[in-house]
Amino acid sequence: MILRFVLRRCALAVPSLIGLLVLTFVLIRVVPSDPAAAMAGDAATPEQIAQLRHEYGLDRPVWEQFFVYAGKAVRLDFGESAFSHRPVALDIAQRLPATLELTFAAMAISIFLGVPLGVFAALRHNQWPDFALRMVSVLGVAVAAFWVAIMLQLLFAMELGWLPLRGELSVSVPPPVRLSGFLLVDSLLTGRFDAFGDGLAHLVLPAVTLALGGMASIVRFTRAGVLDTLQQDFVTYERAMGYRRMRLIWRYVLRNSVTATITQIGLLFGGLIAGGVVVEAIYDWPGIGSYTVNAILTGDHQVMLAVTLLIGVVYAVVNILTDLVHGLVDPRLMDRS
Amino acid sequence: MIPVLSVQGLKVSFRTDAGMASVLDDVGLTLERGQVLGVVGESGCGKSTLIRAIMGILPGAARVNAGQIVFEGENLLVFTERELNQQIRGSRIGFIPQDPLLSLNPVFKVGSQLLEIMRDHAPPGTSRADHIQRLVSLLRRLQVPGPDNALERYPHQFSGGQRQRLLIAAALACSPGLVIADEPTTALDVTTQHEILLLLRELVDELDISLLFVTHDLGVVAALCDTVCVIYAGQTVESGPVEAVLRAPSHPYTQALLACHPERSVSFTGIGGTVPSPLRMPTGCRFAPRCGYTEPICAVALPIATRRKSGADVRCVHSG
Amino acid sequence: MNPILRKLTRDIPAMIGLVIVVVVLVIAIIGPWIAPYPGDAAASHLARRLKPPTGPFPFGTDNLGRDILSRVILGARGALTVAFTVVGLSMAIGIPLGLIAGYRGGIVSELIMRVTDAVLAIPQLVLALALAQLMSPSLESAMLALSLTYWPFFTRIVYAEARRLGNSLFVDALRGIGARPLRIVFLHILPNAASPIIVRATIGLGFTILTAAVLGFLGMGATPPAPDWGLTIAQSRVYLPDAWWYALYPGLAILLTVMGFNLLGDGLRDLVDPRLRRSR
Repeated sequence: MILRFVLRRCALAVPSLIGLLVLTFVLIRVVPSDPAAAMAGDAATPEQIAQLRHEYGLDRPVWEQFFVYAGKAVRLDFGESAFSHRPVALDIAQRLPATLELTFAAMAISIFLGVPLGVFAALRHNQWPDFALRMVSVLGVAVAAFWVAIMLQLLFAMELGWLPLRGELSVSVPPPVRLSGFLLVDSLLTGRFDAFGDGLAHLVLPAVTLALGGMASIVRFTRAGVLDTLQQDFVTYERAMGYRRMRLIWRYVLRNSVTATITQIGLLFGGLIAGGVVVEAIYDWPGIGSYTVNAILTGDHQVMLAVTLLIGVVYAVVNILTDLVHGLVDPRLMDRS
Repeated sequence: MIPVLSVQGLKVSFRTDAGMASVLDDVGLTLERGQVLGVVGESGCGKSTLIRAIMGILPGAARVNAGQIVFEGENLLVFTERELNQQIRGSRIGFIPQDPLLSLNPVFKVGSQLLEIMRDHAPPGTSRADHIQRLVSLLRRLQVPGPDNALERYPHQFSGGQRQRLLIAAALACSPGLVIADEPTTALDVTTQHEILLLLRELVDELDISLLFVTHDLGVVAALCDTVCVIYAGQTVESGPVEAVLRAPSHPYTQALLACHPERSVSFTGIGGTVPSPLRMPTGCRFAPRCGYTEPICAVALPIATRRKSGADVRCVHSG
Repeated sequence: MNPILRKLTRDIPAMIGLVIVVVVLVIAIIGPWIAPYPGDAAASHLARRLKPPTGPFPFGTDNLGRDILSRVILGARGALTVAFTVVGLSMAIGIPLGLIAGYRGGIVSELIMRVTDAVLAIPQLVLALALAQLMSPSLESAMLALSLTYWPFFTRIVYAEARRLGNSLFVDALRGIGARPLRIVFLHILPNAASPIIVRATIGLGFTILTAAVLGFLGMGATPPAPDWGLTIAQSRVYLPDAWWYALYPGLAILLTVMGFNLLGDGLRDLVDPRLRRSR
């Protein structure tokens, strides 16, 4: 039954993915006046541009161009980065783990702080802890992540010197053998606890920066969800039948409330990836985000395109996962499919 | 013999934006062991508040201002929240809610919800396996289809009537002395309603429990109850044996209610006017503005309940 | 007073938001007259560069000796111009598309909604960055890029509303008495969609200021010497940690402004439909 649910959901994602391909195709072929020149970058000679035009089939009909493009995209062939002179797919593969590590860390912080705080605010509805948390969550959504990053660097790295300023690992610490690509995982697998500690210290500031906005929205949604659930008949019933308060709130109410929060976590993932672009650049985090900013600054269109497509796909996958978790939490949804 | 439940002079008010609203003002009732007491009234008369007060789950804005709620000899109003949870709710008082479709937690298996109740309230020394066994035999007695794997299913996989049976099983799980049922059949269709009523009567006789049955339907009272207590605008207006009250109602409100009942009267009359707002109660008799027998005194003095020849206690100046 | 407005005035967070928004609007309009050194939008005074906050320069000075308070004040106009332009353009694109898709149905509707979904499938910031980059970086491309990625939010709202009302008895009746489609759409469907549109636009203004600041920070928006908040923070990085004030105040300006719009937007949303609180 779960398999059928997943397959169905994947099938539903196909049109969006095709839409994504069309959109990125339009982006790279239609928006710039001369795509070949745009692709070649500012420093290209006319010969190089002409060669590119031929190479990418820009002299052929548009629909044919699209199929060539789509075929390449499906085979993860995004050409070469104008900056690193390596295949874009290879660059991305190498940098993806760092981004995922940062994103997961931020997500963990947002959820493990955001959900309990949201429940707390709901239980203290319209009392001062509720007002305070609402204010904080409004702040968290309204603050510019790049500015928070700079302020945290200023305070904790430059003034107090408690945490490292930038990067994933200190220069003095040799990186662990690359197994999974995830620095923390690899350093644990190879028993390099010095690298693990150093890596963790480097992770704190970027992860906290990135988590801020996400945590704020999780607090809001958990609070709203819990308030909503507390109105339900079954909560009155459970109270009347003497459920223990703690178990009533943290098990029976919370699981009903998280459905809205789960949707939010799915959206959050996209938000974190987008927010990560700037945060990674500021902390010099060797992931997709700093790669993207580099591509923006150097006008590396191939990279821009690949990253946009990648993020779109990640978004679609996360949406499927969100629906799956939704189905697991709420059995009614699974039965309906 | 002391009654299972005795409520006397209960007053409950709610804090609202527009001031204090007196929702219950001098409600009294008595439920003898092994009997069924019907609490009757229109919606908004304070029935739900009464139930919530007995179980100590009044909302935060509500206060009990006066009165006593004595259950098996103990005044529940002096119990702390923790004591109520540990000793009363779910264990010695079972509860059957109004809407079976909304009262089960949709994202948990039926079993985990029923076992949650037994986990805290079943007699000490019993194991989870004992609890499961007890629940399965209850479900079988209550004619829930597939009693052996019912606990592994989710609420939405049962029909409304079946869910009401699950909730009855939950109420009975820890062998309570008292079961409170809050209009448990209003959300069901007529056939199912009838089945559930029959079942409840059988269970009361079979298991030696007492049942407090809240309803707005006098037909249900006639079919199920031994005694009845009629509430109007937060006050008990007439109470006594079902026979006496239904055959020869003394209070004009009870008479009006009976006249509304389609099975009992030739013409469907309805009662003119509405229940007064708990923010602005009439100073005299609360039913006076809607009553057909009003005298000048009714608008001035609040009558007290007196025992009539029929055996009913009636709050009315007319000696009917 | 209108009961809905009275309810809004009781919502303290929303009122705080309204006050902030009004203050920022006023500053944006009269900024050049209240800034202590209005010439510091462009001028430079190397003799007083990087002065910490003191009496004559409450927010300190930047690397070219310009008063940061003045530049923060002067930056408000740019930020709000971008926000209103982007939200206005998005509405101009998104609302008609939503009306067409919702009212017409069929292949046109399908096409519009697929495009909407595709655009929404990529985080707005990422798509806007890609677009702005492809259109040779400038403030105009930044605004266009932000508009081209924000309109789907309006399309979604209007589509849902048009769909709901298009199937209603009320609109059926209008069709029955021979009302023309354009008349139905503009006089009957659009007014009903107005409140969710206003809510989304208010929140969108705050959101756009935030995203535009990111573009400015990455050098894809305003160009020096414009007193753009995001750009100023980017320029300050070289002078940290010594000139902390250089980065602090423009960031606070962004924070306050965005917060103002968000608080107001949340208040309006609660007013329009309390149940909407769940769906951000």
